[in-house]
Amino acid sequence: MITDRLARALDDRLRLSPIARRAMAKVFPDHWSFMLGELALYSFVALLLTGVYLTFFFDASNADRVYHGEYAPLEGRTTSAAYASTVRLSWDVRAGLLIRQTHHWAALVFVAAIVLHLARIFFTGAFRKPRELNFLIGVTMLTLALANGFTGYSLPDDLLSGVGLRILTSVVQSIPLVGAWLAALALGGEFPSDAMIPRMFVTHVLLVPAVLVALISLHLGILVRQKHSQFPGPGRTEHNLVGSRLWPSYTLRSLALFAWLLAVLFALGGLVQINPVWLYGPFEPAQATSPAQPDWYVAWGDGALRLFPSWEFRIAGHLVPAAFFPGVVLGGVTFLALYAWPFAERLRTGDRRQHHLLDRPRDHPVRLGVGVGALTFYAVLTVAAGDDIIARLIRVPVYDLLSLFRVLVFVLPLLAGLVAFLVARALRRGDAAGVGELTRADLRRAAHRSVRPPEADSGESETPARDRPGERIELWPEGDLWRWRYRDEDRQVVFPGSRAVRSEEEAASAARLAYPGVDRVVVPGPPPAPPPGPVRVALRRWGRAAAAGSLLLAALLDRRRDRRRQERERAEQASSPEAADRASTGGGRT
Amino acid sequence: MSARGPSATERAASRRIVAAFGASAAGAVGFAVTYAQGGNTRWEGACLAVAFAGLAVGLAVWARRLVPVGGYVEEHEGFTPPPTEQAMTAAELTAPDSPVRRRGLLAALGLALTALGAAALFPLRSLLPFDRARPERALKDTPWGPGVRLVDAAGRPVRPQDVPADSMVAVFPEGHVDTGDAPAFAVRLEPRRFSRPPAGGHLDGLVVWSLLCTHAGCPVRTYLKGTARVLCPCHQSSFDLLAGARPVAGPAARALPGLPIEEGPDGFLHATGDFTAPPGAGFWDSP
Repeated sequence: MITDRLARALDDRLRLSPIARRAMAKVFPDHWSFMLGELALYSFVALLLTGVYLTFFFDASNADRVYHGEYAPLEGRTTSAAYASTVRLSWDVRAGLLIRQTHHWAALVFVAAIVLHLARIFFTGAFRKPRELNFLIGVTMLTLALANGFTGYSLPDDLLSGVGLRILTSVVQSIPLVGAWLAALALGGEFPSDAMIPRMFVTHVLLVPAVLVALISLHLGILVRQKHSQFPGPGRTEHNLVGSRLWPSYTLRSLALFAWLLAVLFALGGLVQINPVWLYGPFEPAQATSPAQPDWYVAWGDGALRLFPSWEFRIAGHLVPAAFFPGVVLGGVTFLALYAWPFAERLRTGDRRQHHLLDRPRDHPVRLGVGVGALTFYAVLTVAAGDDIIARLIRVPVYDLLSLFRVLVFVLPLLAGLVAFLVARALRRGDAAGVGELTRADLRRAAHRSVRPPEADSGESETPARDRPGERIELWPEGDLWRWRYRDEDRQVVFPGSRAVRSEEEAASAARLAYPGVDRVVVPGPPPAPPPGPVRVALRRWGRAAAAGSLLLAALLDRRRDRRRQERERAEQASSPEAADRASTGGGRT
Repeated sequence: MSARGPSATERAASRRIVAAFGASAAGAVGFAVTYAQGGNTRWEGACLAVAFAGLAVGLAVWARRLVPVGGYVEEHEGFTPPPTEQAMTAAELTAPDSPVRRRGLLAALGLALTALGAAALFPLRSLLPFDRARPERALKDTPWGPGVRLVDAAGRPVRPQDVPADSMVAVFPEGHVDTGDAPAFAVRLEPRRFSRPPAGGHLDGLVVWSLLCTHAGCPVRTYLKGTARVLCPCHQSSFDLLAGARPVAGPAARALPGLPIEEGPDGFLHATGDFTAPPGAGFWDSP
């Protein structure tokens, strides 16, 4: 009742109900892969919440500060205020370590969710017209997430992150002409500078998050305007969207996802140690930790720095250092390729149509091959960032491993890309339903260049839906309102329209938009929901009976065992009086 | 639909949801109690995880069992607007009195905005204080110079005999232990094993090199005794000290810069100049 009155009061003043009703009826596709972006969004919310808490205790300064607190090895030592306050936050602020570790884990999950989301968008072709704009925004947010991850990682001014920052500074310095200036302007002087921590702090807590919030709003606004894409299926066309509604289904599901994410993050933050800066010690220019690995999302850059040969040259006496190619060029090429992909693909295929139906990854073997190859490439680089640890674990000289990785980084992506390409072609052409059903003949056929696919890739997309005999739209009045639904007898699907409308005309026009060319009929009312099939009812009844029976049986057996034990104890009691006490207490407990 | 009472499955689902939310509340209370009792990161994390997991389970069961799911269809207008509407908008934008038709004025406006934008970049120069050296200069110069004494990490001056054979001693210019580009290391080697003389010279086998790797600037802290090589823990570049600290493996391409030294009249080690090359990672103007 309160909700009702509140909603009315608000509506009287803002007149939201027309918008709200449409919003509540907004349809989300029912496929798990659409949750990846949401996961990224909720990780960001978790980052904001935990991050704000951390700012209350973190002292973003390079100035000297004496540590006093619980962590004995550092007691009385002078370090930077950033480091001392991070150790204080971890050891002396109650719940501080929990929030700090949760923040760090959330950052790792945030980038991971973005990357998975990007992979989904890429492999299903969701970046095609009209969604190129949102793709560009998404890639930009990935770069910002990486930037913010790195600055956050560097803020505690510990030895591990300090060395990481030095490496990044060296990479920036390697840029021809402007490198030294860029690095000096960013740090306010030569590394390590006094302005370093305060500047990274402002970037980390204000600049980048503000831009991220703006871009996320834009991303979601465009998403709402353009609506979701969906996978092809019966009754799904370029002109409609099938799934569950925002209210109540997705409201609950989305909140459940948020709660799940927080549960996982707090479990990780509480139980799994991450970045114990007090063990690394404060940053000192002459010290380094060994082994030294960065957070996972920048490890590919570190791996590239390790694998790239000692190759540098001079242009007219000026040096282009070795770190320039794996550091700057690779990073630049990576993101340029990402930004350019939708346009490059359009250039190649000449496809300028709107797409709201997604590709299955197999529908586009070249895209799949390139994507799998690229992912393998970055995966090899990421693993290569741990070559010293791997070498120690499997007792192989690190330089042998290095040579191996230098080969693998080219061979594995090519191989993986080729396999993905062939499998996709075989799946697209053959009759196999899944990868498991592929035969050698399918693959052999796929390797042949001449065979054309049976039908142009996304043939049905733009052609108006043909009116098949089984298909029809049913409209019916419900009180003052009208509802409609789509029914396909042959394929046994019934999709009710997402919302009730005020007139038959409105219902008809919505149905016409969603299913152009399908016949409409007015029916007296909604046919009753099909009752659960007799088999399912029977199964349910039998299942319940079986469960109850087994419980009863278990209880009976238990009781009989109990009675037997009591009898045995009574017999023992009679034979040995000393054991009587122990036996009786034991018996009393059961 | 609301006429019929809740079915058995609905009742079962409701019970599960209540149980889940109950567990969630218990987790929250557990967190509060743990915190109030003095705090324990593990228990706090576990309690919060239980609290949110309970919430998640309850909401998920609710969404799955008690509300209509799936199979709704929403119409999608598409993004090809009626041609007339597009044409009308375009016509309005490019009407005869429209600002976009005034090419000359637009060019002037563009000039003004470009000038403003360029001027707005100038204050960015303040990010690097004007009293500091220019970046290329700063990267080349270090606190080392003629007469600067070598000290260890604790700030004590170093004598030649403080550097034992087959061990590496980190040395710093006196008064600059925390300067980023100054760290160096001293080692004692056998001069007859040199295949190439050290760039900065040596004092009876005592040689000083920059500690910073020429690849990405990490300190080359790992000394491999038998082979007289140093290794960078970041990217595994290694340098052969007997061959003038030349890079022999890994991604580094330039030798470690040497530091010329002498034994002063006070018996301590002194530098006789700066490093033979800029220390650390390379840059455009590296000689």
